[in-house]
Amino acid sequence: MSEVRVAGVGLTPFGNVPERTSRDLFGQASIEAFEQSGVARSDVDGVLYGNFMGELSEHQGHQGPLMAEAAGVQAPATRYESACASSGVAVADAVKRIRNGEDDVLLVGGAERMTNLGTAGATEALAIAADDLWEVRAGTTFPGAYALMAQAYFETYGGEHADLAHIAVKNHDNALENEKAQYQRAIEVDDVLEAPQVSSPLGLYDSCPISDGAAALVLTSESYAEEHGLEAPVAITGTGQGGDRMALHDREYLARSPAAREAGEAAYADAGIDANDVDFAEVHDCFTIAEVLAIEALDLESIGEGVTAARDGRTTADGETPINLSGGLKAKGHPVGATGASQIAEVTSLLANEHANSDAVSDATTALAHNAGGTVASATVHVLEVVE
Amino acid sequence: MSEIRDDGFDDWLDAAEEGAAYSLECPDGHGSLPPRQVCPECGSTELARQQLPESGTIETFTVTHVPTPSFEDDAPYATAIADFGPVRLTGQVAGIDLESIENGLEVEIAVTVSETTGERVLTFEPV
Repeated sequence: MSEVRVAGVGLTPFGNVPERTSRDLFGQASIEAFEQSGVARSDVDGVLYGNFMGELSEHQGHQGPLMAEAAGVQAPATRYESACASSGVAVADAVKRIRNGEDDVLLVGGAERMTNLGTAGATEALAIAADDLWEVRAGTTFPGAYALMAQAYFETYGGEHADLAHIAVKNHDNALENEKAQYQRAIEVDDVLEAPQVSSPLGLYDSCPISDGAAALVLTSESYAEEHGLEAPVAITGTGQGGDRMALHDREYLARSPAAREAGEAAYADAGIDANDVDFAEVHDCFTIAEVLAIEALDLESIGEGVTAARDGRTTADGETPINLSGGLKAKGHPVGATGASQIAEVTSLLANEHANSDAVSDATTALAHNAGGTVASATVHVLEVVE
Repeated sequence: MSEIRDDGFDDWLDAAEEGAAYSLECPDGHGSLPPRQVCPECGSTELARQQLPESGTIETFTVTHVPTPSFEDDAPYATAIADFGPVRLTGQVAGIDLESIENGLEVEIAVTVSETTGERVLTFEPV
């Protein structure tokens, strides 16, 4: 099967820039991706763009062609919306299109403008990732839904808020040298435990920030990369997507993520690897508990044991399997539609020894990117490997 | 919210107000919630109303301090997932101190209104 090469990646700094439009942000990310790739914009066969709340934050639908234009690309464009997994599913479809020979060069990415909504407005916009009739109208917020999962996890498997706090501390530590991260500052366990509650047991420092930002990837077929002499040593070698019932109360498990497991198993099989081969991973830590559920679903930790992984040093930068070396959503930021593509960008840079934290994984050859939507009714997992 | 009703959902709230909350059940016994044409488990289109038991059990809960604007005046408030047998439901918890809510608490279904919007809210109250 033809490999899909990551020829170039681009990220805007993630953060608080309420006045910047998503077209402006995505245009900026695309410049960096094209410059790094050495690919001509005129060779692009299509644009796959992830965005979640553009109707609410910018009164803008039909964003595909708008973003192709913003990137200076004249090619058919489609917007993907799967809540926080929007650009993860865009990547998954791009991989399939290149593999089946339909396309040689695709611009894939996403963007989100959120901070212009303010905290209340962004909270309302994020909530629409849940079932409006049966969850949102009962007062479920996005942090509230993950709080329900955290409380169920503690009840089923044990663990406490202090365990989760170590995840936040770890991800802030990882972001210190990442110039694209929203929070380049260290925090302590007590900061997490003493922070204002958002939705018990989760507090402000268990939660990713509200962020503006964009990510862009130039993906190419192996043959295109060879013919054009591209320097593209990292390939996406496995892809998987999983799904589940929309509302948390309709799931078999309240403290597991079967959709992520389904996506992970598919991606592992696709790449011909298993969890033991994974050197490091970027996972979707929109809340501290989400990192626990992700690493368990991906078999990087056993069910019920992931909660202590950060505290015990198994997932820290110097641990056996570092998780979220970029800082994760928690500290790097979570401009929703950009997140899935940004994880691919971070993993690629880490594997190519071009990331501020590459030293932590200097011998790494194989890594994962896990992106989740809602309370993981949607999930994608991608395996990336150094192939040159 | 719009003045136009949501078929199925508002009918369910009407029934719950009368103490007659129900689930939908296919011939294979899969429970689900309206509005629904097709069983999400097996694809059956033969869905019949099934009266829910009078009480359910809280499986997980949270106290939300940062609400959406629709619940601004209601915060802090508790939401929970409670098991009613054929289905679980998400609702707010009323009639009990927030500190006293715990897993395993037996609750019954009620319909209250949001202090912020006046809209109806699926609620659990201790039995």
